[in-house]
Amino acid sequence: MTDTNPTVNSAGYEVPPELRQNVAITTLDKIWNMGRRYSVWPMMFGLACCAIEMICTAASRYDLARFGMEVMRPSPRQSDLMIVSGTVTKKMIPQIVRLYNQMPEPKYVLAMGACASGGGPFKEGYNVVSGVDQYVPVDVYVPGCPPTPQALLHGLMKLQEKIDSESITQVRWYGKEDIPAIPVPLLGPDLIDPRDNELIKQETSKKPAAPAAAPAAPAPAAEAAS
Amino acid sequence: MTEATTAAPVEKSELEKRFPDAVKADARPGYAGFLVDTSKLIEVATALRDEMGYDYLSSVTAVDYYSDAPNAENFIEVVYHFYKSTGGGALELKVQTPRENSTVPSLTPLYAGADFQEREAYDLYGVNFEGHPDQRRILMWEGFAGYPMRKDWKEAYFEEEVKPFKNRWPEGQVYRIEDRNPFNKNNAYPQGFDPTGFKETDDPKLYEVLERAAREYSEDIDTEQVVVNLGPQHPSTHGVFRMAVRLDGETIVALKPVMGYLHRNHEKIGERNTWTMNMPFTDRLDYLSSMSNNFGYALAVEKLMGDKAAPPERAEYIRVIMAELTRISNHLWAIGFLLNDLGAFFTPALYAIVERELILDIFEATTGSRMMCNYFRFGGVARDLPEGVLEKIKSLVTERLPRKIDELDIYLSENELVRSRSEGIGVITPEEAIAFSTAGPVLRASGVPYDVRRADPYSIYDRFKFDVTVRQHGDVYDRYMIRIDEMRQSLQILNQALKDLPGGEIMNGKNPYQVRVPAGESYGRVEGPKGELGFYIVSNGKGNPARYHVRAPSFINLTVLEKMCVGQKVADVVVNLGSIDIVLGEVDR
Ligand code: SF4
Repeated sequence: MTDTNPTVNSAGYEVPPELRQNVAITTLDKIWNMGRRYSVWPMMFGLACCAIEMICTAASRYDLARFGMEVMRPSPRQSDLMIVSGTVTKKMIPQIVRLYNQMPEPKYVLAMGACASGGGPFKEGYNVVSGVDQYVPVDVYVPGCPPTPQALLHGLMKLQEKIDSESITQVRWYGKEDIPAIPVPLLGPDLIDPRDNELIKQETSKKPAAPAAAPAAPAPAAEAAS
Repeated sequence: MTEATTAAPVEKSELEKRFPDAVKADARPGYAGFLVDTSKLIEVATALRDEMGYDYLSSVTAVDYYSDAPNAENFIEVVYHFYKSTGGGALELKVQTPRENSTVPSLTPLYAGADFQEREAYDLYGVNFEGHPDQRRILMWEGFAGYPMRKDWKEAYFEEEVKPFKNRWPEGQVYRIEDRNPFNKNNAYPQGFDPTGFKETDDPKLYEVLERAAREYSEDIDTEQVVVNLGPQHPSTHGVFRMAVRLDGETIVALKPVMGYLHRNHEKIGERNTWTMNMPFTDRLDYLSSMSNNFGYALAVEKLMGDKAAPPERAEYIRVIMAELTRISNHLWAIGFLLNDLGAFFTPALYAIVERELILDIFEATTGSRMMCNYFRFGGVARDLPEGVLEKIKSLVTERLPRKIDELDIYLSENELVRSRSEGIGVITPEEAIAFSTAGPVLRASGVPYDVRRADPYSIYDRFKFDVTVRQHGDVYDRYMIRIDEMRQSLQILNQALKDLPGGEIMNGKNPYQVRVPAGESYGRVEGPKGELGFYIVSNGKGNPARYHVRAPSFINLTVLEKMCVGQKVADVVVNLGSIDIVLGEVDR
């Protein structure tokens, strides 16, 4: 390691010239982040069309290995990053939440493409979840339908930046409290988010003016607000 | 071409003569085929299969004729398309059933390929298929409220019957539909539903069926069996596909595919879109070969629109060139990932992807997008080939690709490991292949020389010299080899098309914002890389399709998966699946 490595030797201490070949002074955060940013292992997990572009990103031409990210793990237990690459459906979201819960911290989620970010072209569909962020927290959104490999690479670089900005003392997963798992949605008459249970009960017990399925009558006030 | 799917008049009278009181020609304007009495359907279908040679049931689907006008005649129609496996046009049968307690006899005992398609119609339309051996929901889950494809079923995000929606155009009052839903999500629940302590019912039912199938396989051996779920998150299921497998030791005694994890409601959305709006959606069906999907949809709509949408010569040639390039890129991918499943982890796939990228470059230069090309229009294509692209295609087709295909062939086809892992695995006989309505490479690898490009030529395919490739063993190895053969044939077609490519227009008239499609029905089918891709559309003369159905080859080819796998080792499941070459966007739609 040479003394010109800016990511390490910049802790504000002068290293005598004769030691520069052998000694590096840095902060724990920096070395910790550097280790993590160059070995983000994504989960081998594809949902839809975007997954094809994700595979292309990992393959010969775009070569994800340059970022130390080519090691795609089929098991959530060994992966750091979940690339949600495609349309999230109601039938699939319980599995996605389960996989997310199974990933060890530190863990990141990248929503790839319009579908994963907000429903995309299929948003209105009865089996489509409008964005994975309704259930799991997302770190980076990559727009596109599908995002080109370049766009995905850009998203991954943004993730690296995010990792760089973290401090070991502040990240949420080294705190005292346990981070509760996200409750897994159920497949009932429609998708049931257990966090919504009270609200669902409240809504379904309302005496019907119109069933909940029908769109609310045009509400100009709400329109103006949004 | 326009008449190709209507039955020849000889059969017409023959069938009507044979069943004078059960069959009558469909006389609605713009419609073809025959209306059959529900009670006689089995009898008619048996005669079709055994006496008239219509042994291939291509597509089964339902149409909801519904209007909320008073005294409207509302009913559900189940539509069948039959073909002869020796070639020729379709014979179309329809049965009608009321919307309440819709019941139609199941054709699964006669045509095994009807299995999943009937389940789909049951799932989405609530048509009960009497005599179906395993009628469960297939794309949605057991317990889902309602039959979503029915015209009077509205999703939680429902805004308006047809697009474009008012909130985006023309008044420009933008709001997010989430804000109109009490849960802020795309969910709605029936009155009085209480979620506390709710239990799912989908999986228990699946395991019940699995156990029944296992008992059918072997009654007497009372060994301990285990159930293994492969997927929906499994690296070798090619997406979000799940197989529930029951194992006796390492031997598979029962296998049930579970799908719908990528069910994106393509058809429901398609019936709300305008005709042109659907084109980019077809890209996302089989997202590895968007151009073929465009092709099928364009054909179906052009058939209804008639001469005013006949593409000019140059457009026809460009279409063929793009479709064949797509086939090559799809097969490269399929082979690469089949080898992945065989254990050659990623090396062959990487080589295949290099070539695919070169083809994608051509697509990107021509259409502006690598994968989602959205290139075909009714009556032509969206843009002409830009400068320099033709030369690129030429050098790719004449120099690079032939060598690379040979390279794959040399390195892989004689490889000891590839052969021992794939020969004799997942054998499908020709009879089974036809009965299960398999299509494309799966069908042809089983010794049935059926290729829509030859059997029922569309576009300008009758002008090209090419062989319909066939292999005889019907195992995984043949399904791999046939893809290599097909790529070579595609190159041959490409060579001819590039030589003859004329100049001139690429669109018949101007590319309109909206098209007018006369009322009627049509079924357009093309030989996609995965097999016969069909679009069944019904128009009522309005701006959007009244029915829009996709006959998805990957979906129907999966019907035969259980047959392929039962009795074999669990390690062969992924190989069998890889050899069918599915794309989940098309399976689940
Ligand atoms: S964003 Fe587009 S390309 Fe990606 S999964 Fe959704 S539809 Fe497919």
